[in-house]
Amino acid sequence: MSQRFVAIWFRHLTTDALSRQQPELRHVPFVLAAKDHGRLVITAANPKATSEGITTGMVVADARAILPGLHVVDEVPGRESELLHAIAEWCIRYAPITAVDIPDVIFLDCSGCAHLWGGETEYVEHLQSRLNAFGYSVRISMADTIGTAWAIARYGRPPLIVAPGAQFDALLPMPAASLRLDRSIIELVVKLGLRQVKDFIGMPATALRRRFGKAFVQRLAQALGQEEENLQPVQPIEPYQERLPCLEPIVTAIGIEIAVKQLLDQLCLPLKKVEKGLRQACLKCYRVDGKIESVSIGTNRPSNNIPHLFKLFEYKLPTIEPALGIELFVLEAPIVEDIKPLQEKLWEGSCGLESLALSRLIDHLSIKIGAENIHRYLPDEHHWPERSIKNATTLDETASIPWKREQPRPMQLLASPQPIEVTAPIPDYPPMLFRYKGQLHKIKKADGPERIEQEWWLQEGQHRDYYAVEDEEGKRYWLFRLGHYDAAKTYQWFIHGFFA
Amino acid sequence: MQASKADIIQQLQQQIFPLQGLKHTPAAAAPKFGLGPIEHAFPNHCFPTGAIHEFICDDLPGTAASGGFIAGLLGVLMKDNGASLWISSSRTLFPPALSSFGLSPDRLIFIDVKNEKHLPWVLEEALKCNGLSAVVGEIKEMSFTASRRLQLAVEQSRVTGFLLRQQPKCLATTACVARWKINSLISEVDQDLPGIGFPRWKVDLLKIRNGKPGSWEVSWIQNQFRFTPVITAIPAILKRKAG
Repeated sequence: MSQRFVAIWFRHLTTDALSRQQPELRHVPFVLAAKDHGRLVITAANPKATSEGITTGMVVADARAILPGLHVVDEVPGRESELLHAIAEWCIRYAPITAVDIPDVIFLDCSGCAHLWGGETEYVEHLQSRLNAFGYSVRISMADTIGTAWAIARYGRPPLIVAPGAQFDALLPMPAASLRLDRSIIELVVKLGLRQVKDFIGMPATALRRRFGKAFVQRLAQALGQEEENLQPVQPIEPYQERLPCLEPIVTAIGIEIAVKQLLDQLCLPLKKVEKGLRQACLKCYRVDGKIESVSIGTNRPSNNIPHLFKLFEYKLPTIEPALGIELFVLEAPIVEDIKPLQEKLWEGSCGLESLALSRLIDHLSIKIGAENIHRYLPDEHHWPERSIKNATTLDETASIPWKREQPRPMQLLASPQPIEVTAPIPDYPPMLFRYKGQLHKIKKADGPERIEQEWWLQEGQHRDYYAVEDEEGKRYWLFRLGHYDAAKTYQWFIHGFFA
Repeated sequence: MQASKADIIQQLQQQIFPLQGLKHTPAAAAPKFGLGPIEHAFPNHCFPTGAIHEFICDDLPGTAASGGFIAGLLGVLMKDNGASLWISSSRTLFPPALSSFGLSPDRLIFIDVKNEKHLPWVLEEALKCNGLSAVVGEIKEMSFTASRRLQLAVEQSRVTGFLLRQQPKCLATTACVARWKINSLISEVDQDLPGIGFPRWKVDLLKIRNGKPGSWEVSWIQNQFRFTPVITAIPAILKRKAG
């Protein structure tokens, strides 16, 4: 299928935007001006001012001489780019790929889109009427190549739609400036008397390249469709993305649910074909008032199971605020991974980390209580108890070192060691009794010490001498002394855990 | 006639068990917990899996002891590479300790529920999932209705649930199959050798549906439960000696 591009040329972008904000400006001539070498130079003029003979590049003082009542507004730097990006994002409802060409053009890659509006003419008319309704005066053209569309939008005569494959004929009467080139090159071309494209289109490419440079030949080839040209999309296209435009704006929860179901159906079908599953999905709802509501979900294991994914979305859907209505739903899968071809039926009833039911449960819980509250631990290569475990990133990750069983470790570990009062024979015997939370425990049996040094490359501090002790009731505790015994008594005893 | 009457009662009892959510598992398929004398207290003489067990703990050492006992049971339940969930709102469990109870800590998934209101919901969802071997939940208070929901969930999924209840304010009836209390006992060391012996607990089975409650002394030695026969006469003598 051949590609089709639309170019939208905004004739008075910044002034139109300003009169949109301040409707009283619509019927008065006004200009935007910026300081340049101590003078105020006009950077944009509205149609009224232009019809009075005021053009961009004029000094404001000169313009005031022509039109004493001229209204002058300070220009905001970077405003064109801001406006174009916003409009390009709005245009995504017409085509998935939109790109901006600063200062005043937007391109749409509308290949395969126009028939949804009933044909190319209707498509362009619809777009034109919507933009006109916003208050922008635009010229919209459509052609097989970006270059031709740009040229026709600027210099063409209506109708501005170039039939497929007719870009050569369409370009012939265009001026040399229609090739999107530097001003210096165009001036050179015009100086040589080559005013129109037809004057030089038949010349050998080598001659043109020698005289006007590589860019000139490239632009010409691009406009004719002999060389490919790519757009830089305003929003990068996700390889797995589905769109659902709505005839009527959707405002109800049920409507949103139906939309999500339909999008999941569309998204999961190609995923199933290539044995892939999504790890992340993002639903974007384009509202009538131009705002975008979005919710996203994540899974622990790549999944293309529609009921499961829908369940995950179900929790988040109430957070979507439809306001006046949603006119476009877009579902994206930014992270997609291969699914191991599991025999689902075989694994369905099984227990274990591989179980599908388990990974679905975890997805489920992580949506409700947050994925950061779900942990699986693997042994880490540290002796310091607090650092001896690390979080596993996935359900499949396996331990690189075995779990240590040589030294006793308590069943319950306090989040931070609590200081205790201790009576202990010096220097290295376990304590005889200790007081914790006001209660006195007499120690009958003890094991230890197990010295664990602080890892100096991670943290400064003293070592710990751990003792496992048992009191007269048989309760077992994990105590430690921080630092050495010494006369200055800088050491301190702590309780750190409870054994089973 | 006497014998036949007992038979009839036995038969009727067997019919009642499934109605109460106790599915009869053939002796060969049932996991071997090695609980020895405790097993006689259970209906059908086998540890009820696919049911909820509740453990009452008085303090942190008590929770640690219950944790050890549960870990011993989990080790059997998760024998075939099974996975379990440990759900709590303020977790102090130290996973590496579990490895000394015959289970691999990395097969446990810990869910830390920040909001205690979500705890029953999370427990119920977890117990409904048949991809799990067992679910341990640390929940302080639980109403009869909540416990009933959990019991109904496990009857469908056949997951075994353990509830750790630390210092519950009210000990009302729950729909759980069993209520346990585990306390530490002074460990036994041969010939007054220095150091601490193997973990030793007093296991009280306070309530068991269709079974006989009882009390036992259990040690955990070399990945197995070991039982010390309870002889009431000797401790008195020991006491006198010590005194």
